Amino acid sequence: MKQKQSNLKAYIFIAVLLLLVILLENISAMIPGLPQVFQPTSPLFTVLKKAAVYSLVAVSMNLLNGFTGLFSLGQAGFMLLGAYTYAILTVPADQKEQVYYLFGGCALKSSIIDGLGAIFGTTGAGGAVSMILGCFIALILAGCVAAFFAYLIGIPVLRLKSDYLAIATLGFAEILRAIFQWQKLGRITNGANMIKGFPTFSSFNITDASGNVLVRLSTFIPFLISSVCIAIIVLLIHSSYGRAFKSIRDDEVAAEAMGINLFKHKMLSFVISSFFAGVGGALFAMYVANAQAKAFTSVMTYEILLIVVIGGIGSVSGSILATFLYVACSEWWLRFLDSEQYIGGFKVPLLRNGFRMVVFSIVIMVIVLFFSQGIMGNNELSLSGLMKVLSGKRERKH
Amino acid sequence: MEYVISVLLSGISVGGQYALIAIGYTLVYGILRLINFAHGDVFMVAGLMGIYFTATLPIGESLPLVILLTVFLGFTIERAAYKPLRDAPRMSVMISAIGVSYLLQNTATYVTGGQPMTYPTIPFLSDTVNVAGTQTKWVVIITPFLVLILVYALTQLINRTKVGMAMRAVSKDFETSRLMGIKINNVISATFIIGSALAAIGSILFFTNYPAITPTAGAMPGLKAFVAAVFGGIGSIPGAVIGAFLIGICETIIKGLPSAWDVSVFSDAFTFALLIIILVFKPQGLFGEAATDKV
Repeated sequence: MKQKQSNLKAYIFIAVLLLLVILLENISAMIPGLPQVFQPTSPLFTVLKKAAVYSLVAVSMNLLNGFTGLFSLGQAGFMLLGAYTYAILTVPADQKEQVYYLFGGCALKSSIIDGLGAIFGTTGAGGAVSMILGCFIALILAGCVAAFFAYLIGIPVLRLKSDYLAIATLGFAEILRAIFQWQKLGRITNGANMIKGFPTFSSFNITDASGNVLVRLSTFIPFLISSVCIAIIVLLIHSSYGRAFKSIRDDEVAAEAMGINLFKHKMLSFVISSFFAGVGGALFAMYVANAQAKAFTSVMTYEILLIVVIGGIGSVSGSILATFLYVACSEWWLRFLDSEQYIGGFKVPLLRNGFRMVVFSIVIMVIVLFFSQGIMGNNELSLSGLMKVLSGKRERKH
Repeated sequence: MEYVISVLLSGISVGGQYALIAIGYTLVYGILRLINFAHGDVFMVAGLMGIYFTATLPIGESLPLVILLTVFLGFTIERAAYKPLRDAPRMSVMISAIGVSYLLQNTATYVTGGQPMTYPTIPFLSDTVNVAGTQTKWVVIITPFLVLILVYALTQLINRTKVGMAMRAVSKDFETSRLMGIKINNVISATFIIGSALAAIGSILFFTNYPAITPTAGAMPGLKAFVAAVFGGIGSIPGAVIGAFLIGICETIIKGLPSAWDVSVFSDAFTFALLIIILVFKPQGLFGEAATDKV
C-alpha cells in the first residue's frame, strides 16, 4: 500500500517536471523581454537536452555496473547500434539519394515514416501522426537491435570475471565501430560518412502551415522518453529481478547457493541495459542531428562511467543528478575557462582552449580518490527524505 | 616478394614496440591485478616530451631526459592515484586508472592545443637502409634486437636480483608477502618505474616511424599492448613479448592486404577479436598459469 502511494507520488513528480520543461521552453514566446537564458538559443536548453539523453545512458550503465556488479565498458558500442538503427530507418526516402550520394543511394529504399505516411497521410495531422509513430517505432527497434547484439555478445563474454569482462566489452565496441565504418557496407551504413536528414528533436516542435513555431517541444521530447525509460529501469530494480541482480553484485557465490541462476540474470541485466543504451544512442543521434561511428569511441564510455562514479555507483537519482551537473559544467558553466579572461587589467594566466577539460578531469580525479562514494553513494533521492533533511535542519536551529 | 619482406619487417618492428608497452601492462597486472588504462597515455606523454625536448636540447641529452621524466610520471601516478586505493575494491582502482587516462589526454590537448605534432627525425634511427631490395628505416631493423636485449635484461633482473624476487613473491601472494616483511610499496613503485622506462623507449621507437602524435595516440597502442599481454598470459614476460610480435605482424599484414578488399579498417578490430577468442577458449593465455578460484 505504502509502496503504491510512493509510486503515485513519483509519477506525479515526473508529470509536474515534464510540464515545467514545456513551460520553460515556451516562456520566452509567452512573455517577451526575458533575459537571454530563457531564449531558445540559450545554452540552458542544449544542456537540458544533452543531459536528458546522457542520464538515460548513465542509468542504463548503472543498472549493469552498480546494481548487477558487471563491469562492462561496451556502452558506446550499443549506443552506436541504436543510433545507426534509428538513423537508417528514419531517413526519408527523398533525402536518401543526397545522404548516400557516395554510394549511389541506400539499399533500403523507404523509411518507416514513409511507410506510415502511406496510411495516415503525409501532411497536417496525418503527417504528424506518422512522424511521431515512426520515430517511436524506430526508437524501440534501435533498442531491440542493441539488445539482440548484447545477447549474442553476452553468450561468450558474460562468463568472464570483472576486468576481463571490461576489456572484452570494450573490444566489442571497437569491433562494432570498425564494422560500421567499413566502406563495403556503405549502401546501408554510409561508410565512414555521417547519416543525416532524419527527424531530430526540433522536428517535434508544433508549427503552423508556414513553418512558424507555435509550441516548442524539442526539450520536452528527450525528457519524456528518458523519464519513461528510467522509470521502467527503476521498476525493474525494485522487482524480484532487481533484488536478484543486487544479490549477484554483493556475493556471486552466495547468490548462486540461494538458487539464483547467475548466467540467466547476468544476461537479463546485460540485455536490458543494452536496450536502453541503444535507445539512448538513438536519442543522442537525434540530439546531434547525425549518426557517425567516429563519435562512439571508448572515450564516450569513459565519460559515462565517470558520470556514474560521480553520482554514486548504485544510485539511480545520483546518476541523473551527476549527469545534469556534468553536462552543465562541461557545456556551460565552465566554458569561460576556455577563453582568455581579464579581471580589471590583469590577464588571468593559463586560460586558453582546453583548460576547461583539464580542470574538469582534476575535479573528477579528486572525486574518484577522496569521495569514492560519489554524490549519493547507493542512496536514493526521495521527496520525503528531502523533506526530512530540511525539517531536521530547521528543528536543530530552534 | 619485396612487398612481403617489407610488410614482415614493419610488422616485426611494430610488434617490438607493442612488446615494450605490453611488459608494463603485464608487470602491473601481475602484481596489482589492475589494468593500468593510463599506461598507453604515459606512452603518448613520453612521445610529446620527446618533441618538446628535442626542440630545445640536443638529442643526446633530451632522450635520457624523456626516459627519466616518464619514469617520474609513472611513479607519481602510482603514488597519487593508485596507492590511496590499495584496500579499495578492484573496480575503484580501475576507475581511477581511467580517470588518470582522461586527465593525461586532456592535459595533452591543452598543452599541444589539440594540434597533431610531428615527431623529430632522430639521426641514425630515421635514416633509410636497404634490406633485400626494400627501403626501410634503421629503427625498423633495430627495434626487435633492442627489444630482445631489454627483455633479456629484465628477465635477469626478475630472476636474479632481490627486487625481482620480491616482485615474483608479491605477484604470487600479495598478503603473505606483506606479512613476510616485503615492502609492498617499494616493489610496486619499482614495477611502475620499469614499465614506464620501457614505455618511454617504446615511444621513441614507435613515433619515429609514425606520422604525428595526437592526445589520443596512446590509447590504441596501449589497448593492443594489453591484448598482447593477455594473449601471452598475463603476468608472463615472454608471453607478452611473443603476443606483441604476433599482433604486430598480423596487424601489418591486414593493413597490407589489397586495397580492393578494403579490410584495413579492421586492423584494430582484429586485435580485439583475437582477445575475445583467447578469453573464451584459453583465458589463461599462451603461457599463463591457470588460476583456481577458491570459495
